[in-house]
Amino acid sequence: MNVPEELRYTADHEWLRMESDEGTVGITAYAADELGDIVFVELPAAGSRLEAGTTFGAIESVKTASDLFAPVSGEILAVNEQLTGSPELINTDPYGEGWMLRVKLDDPSALEALEDAAAYRVRIGAA
Amino acid sequence: MTDEAQQLRQTPLREQHLALGARLVGFGGWEMPLQYAGIIDEHHAVRRAAGLFDLSHMGEIWVTGSGAGEGLAAALVTDPPRLAIGRAHYSMIAAPDGGIIDDLIVYRLAEDRFLVVPNASNADRVAAELRPRLSGFDATMDDASAQTALIAIQGPLARGILAPLTDVDLEALKYYAIAQGEAAGVPVLVARTGYTGEDGFELFLAPEAAPGVWDRLLAAGAAQDLVPAGLGARDTLRLEAGMPLYGNELGPDTTPMEAGLDRLVKFDKAGDFVGRTALESAREAGPRKRLVGLGLRGRGIARHGYPVYLPGQEAPVGEVTSGTLSPTLGEAIAMAYVPVSAAPPGTMLEVGVRSTRVPADVVPLPFYKRGTAAHPSRPAPG
Repeated sequence: MNVPEELRYTADHEWLRMESDEGTVGITAYAADELGDIVFVELPAAGSRLEAGTTFGAIESVKTASDLFAPVSGEILAVNEQLTGSPELINTDPYGEGWMLRVKLDDPSALEALEDAAAYRVRIGAA
Repeated sequence: MTDEAQQLRQTPLREQHLALGARLVGFGGWEMPLQYAGIIDEHHAVRRAAGLFDLSHMGEIWVTGSGAGEGLAAALVTDPPRLAIGRAHYSMIAAPDGGIIDDLIVYRLAEDRFLVVPNASNADRVAAELRPRLSGFDATMDDASAQTALIAIQGPLARGILAPLTDVDLEALKYYAIAQGEAAGVPVLVARTGYTGEDGFELFLAPEAAPGVWDRLLAAGAAQDLVPAGLGARDTLRLEAGMPLYGNELGPDTTPMEAGLDRLVKFDKAGDFVGRTALESAREAGPRKRLVGLGLRGRGIARHGYPVYLPGQEAPVGEVTSGTLSPTLGEAIAMAYVPVSAAPPGTMLEVGVRSTRVPADVVPLPFYKRGTAAHPSRPAPG
């Protein structure tokens, strides 16, 4: 299972990629695989707030609906509009074209509270 | 999931599923394949070519004896003595209060020999209910669920794939008929029944013979795009076909009439049957709710348990029983119980999806009719 080294992870299977004080958020390959064929994503609007640990949207496969949880707090700078028409991008490229949000973090050090790749691999039994 | 899985019953095809990369889940007390390649691909394969399903979790209860037919007529809402030998019908076993204990298929193999197929999760309950109900009749009940495997091949190409492997004349076998014969060299009962909305066959056979038959069928159908299909696709296929699922559309708080299955209940049959008095009263009083199809007209997918509203009203009036994004139609569909006044097709309703309400209109069931899957971009139903 693909767990990129440079990302940070939550217990709810979201990932965060940092570039200076901006982060990109998505769900992991493990989560996408567990969900199966993803057919629907509900995301907040750009400009709205993200609060760490709270739900920011929902993701649905053929079989089930799941909440999405914010890995960090901050302002949403951009939302991946492509997912509206092509939610399957989350299955095919979860760390690339399947990204969900770009966020300006309130506190860039907040990412220290997230798991690194090694810890997340242990969590999903892929260590 | 691993600890839980160890307590689940396993079908004789477990090794096949693992080798095919299946994701196994608990369902009705059994460890079953949810999907192999993916639910959507498997769904399309069944609509356009064929899918192979392991249904060994289903129950198989034999009822034999000169009073078997009469006994079943007293135990079920249908009238099995009316079945011709070699034919089958869809039936239900009701509680004394008229609620549904399970939905089943009854096959008649001989004058005095019937096969009852309940859902996996209800098989023990159905056997326990049938035994006392049959006690006054010359009928013997044998629960063969543990000694019977069941493989289904479903889809427009199913007949062509199965035909060379069996001595049963599939062309002559009518819908809801059953015949004894051989398939892939082993004794089987072949029934033209299914739960997908497509033509197809179900093969009852000995568990030890199941892996060989499964492998032969998969190999024989490979060139015609036959794929193994799991319970995930089975659910989306049956939902598109408007077929009820016990635990979703059917249950102890629902009468067959509310589920739109009035035709099953044979009030005109000779003799009493369990639930008759309550169901007659219910018929007289009229249904309290009605099962309808919903087409969602906004962004969102309705799921089991989501509330249904009349537009502009605060309190929910109904509940979604099953819902998904229809792979064939490309839109969100659902079944729901709503008040009778809100049941006519065209009625505008709303489904509560998380914090929003998604407009939905009542559409006729089924959502999908056989032979229309080649045109996935056709207009929405209703």
